[in-house]
Amino acid sequence: MIRVANGQGFWGDWLEAPVRLVEQGPIDYLTLDYLAEVTMAVLEKQRKRNPELGYAADFPPLIERLAPRLKQNRIRVVSNAGGLNPCACAREVLRRAPGLKVAIVQGDEVTARIGEFLAKGYRLNNMDTGEPIDNVRDRILGANAYLGAFPLAQALTEGADVVISGRCADSALLLAPCIRAFGWETDAWDLLAAGVIAGHVVECGAQATGGNSQVDWREIPDLDEIGYPIAEMHADGSFVITKHPGTGGRVTSDIVKEQLLYEIGDPRSYLTPDVIADFTGLHLTDEGPDRVRITGAKGRERPACLKLSINYAAGWKAVGTMVYTAPDAIAKAQAADRIVRRRLEKLSLSFDEIYTEYLGWNACHGGAAPAASEVPEVQLRVGVRGQDRSAVDRFTREVAPLVLSGPPGATGYGGEGRPKVREVVGNWGALIPREEIQPVVEVFE
Amino acid sequence: MKAPLSRLAHTRSGDKGDTVNIGVIAWRAGDYPVLVREVTEARVLEFFRDRIAGPVERFEAPNLGALNFLLHGALGGGGTISLRIDSQGKTFGATLLRMEIEIDE
Repeated sequence: MIRVANGQGFWGDWLEAPVRLVEQGPIDYLTLDYLAEVTMAVLEKQRKRNPELGYAADFPPLIERLAPRLKQNRIRVVSNAGGLNPCACAREVLRRAPGLKVAIVQGDEVTARIGEFLAKGYRLNNMDTGEPIDNVRDRILGANAYLGAFPLAQALTEGADVVISGRCADSALLLAPCIRAFGWETDAWDLLAAGVIAGHVVECGAQATGGNSQVDWREIPDLDEIGYPIAEMHADGSFVITKHPGTGGRVTSDIVKEQLLYEIGDPRSYLTPDVIADFTGLHLTDEGPDRVRITGAKGRERPACLKLSINYAAGWKAVGTMVYTAPDAIAKAQAADRIVRRRLEKLSLSFDEIYTEYLGWNACHGGAAPAASEVPEVQLRVGVRGQDRSAVDRFTREVAPLVLSGPPGATGYGGEGRPKVREVVGNWGALIPREEIQPVVEVFE
Repeated sequence: MKAPLSRLAHTRSGDKGDTVNIGVIAWRAGDYPVLVREVTEARVLEFFRDRIAGPVERFEAPNLGALNFLLHGALGGGGTISLRIDSQGKTFGATLLRMEIEIDE
């Protein structure tokens, strides 16, 4: 049995979580998942500004902090912190924690090969909408394929203490130690599916241990010191989701079910680079406090294609806000919105979208919110998005004037200054035959 | 009788591109058939009609007592493009709990 813990569910997650995982009980592997579609877009912007950036900058200082304990307890780290720049990430880790053996896994980045792919007849149509790639071809910033777990496992076999990957499937971070420890073969579909499903359960960190859970959330103890998830993996593909004793949070089958269903499509066909996993034979058992055993994972042959994540420049956006107070807070905010829109119209500014919502009334619930009634206060939130930066910039001057020239009871505009104009990076999913992608593993000491 | 979905189920939602997924899980396994009967693709599309382009797809996982919905064209272009405060669809699950369904007496 191996214990694989996940200490980060996204870039920005609780900094103390991985430290606690290595200090509060036994684990064999620590995974750290930093990447999401939104994160890849942020990294793209950072790398554009500075070619030495483009990775999860929290990671090197974390490894420096953890290094003595990793060595002492022989815990190995597997992470996708490399993002768009695994080399720069590894350099910084080696500088801060020179005693560690560090591997990088790349080969995921194919930005320079888009033309080659198209010439070979791969269409790279948007896999959600079917749109042709020509719609964004001249605005592509970067393209990365999702790698599977086997190159990460190879890095572990070569003795790496810390594996830094570029884009890989999130669940591969946990599957890789299983492959390394149990010798699971590339066609052991049921076993690979078990690793993928366990990886999926833990990849969002504390969402598996009571965070963001609707299951009696008031009764879940000590969220302030919530234990992050640990998967006890067995060679036969069964596993237990748990957390360190004495930590906050809770692990029950109801809580784990919420995470099993999180950000999936067809539960019969969860597509990953290594296997197509089937969730519909899973059996969950509450076998003790904070212990859920999962059996019954089934897998089918891996897909012929890998997913490409393509980032492209999608224009500019800005969001302005203003708070209105009672009486008639919502009516005032609606009137203010009309004023902004008319002023933009008279300036002949055009946008791809203008979107208005009212925090405190309908921002989350949309049309399902109860009809506008008397609320003590509401925040108008109006955003614009378009291809013309100067138009978006002009919009940012049209919100603050509402204080003196709009409905009464306006406040809350000053703290942040004018709305910021932000670059928009769109994300485009496409498919590429897996033979085109060759992962590369390098180990440094 | 009519009751909000929250009586029978809990939910979690998230994003992939411009698609929102909502997992709907029966509190009690015995209520799963009621979810299958009441929480249909058409009704979910109708419930979110002011905000999503559609279509809505539904998948069944009876072993988990759960349904999974995919709401396409749901985020104003996707997490990185969206102008909404909930650009990643995190609260769609909570919103769906308001949906009125017919439950067995």
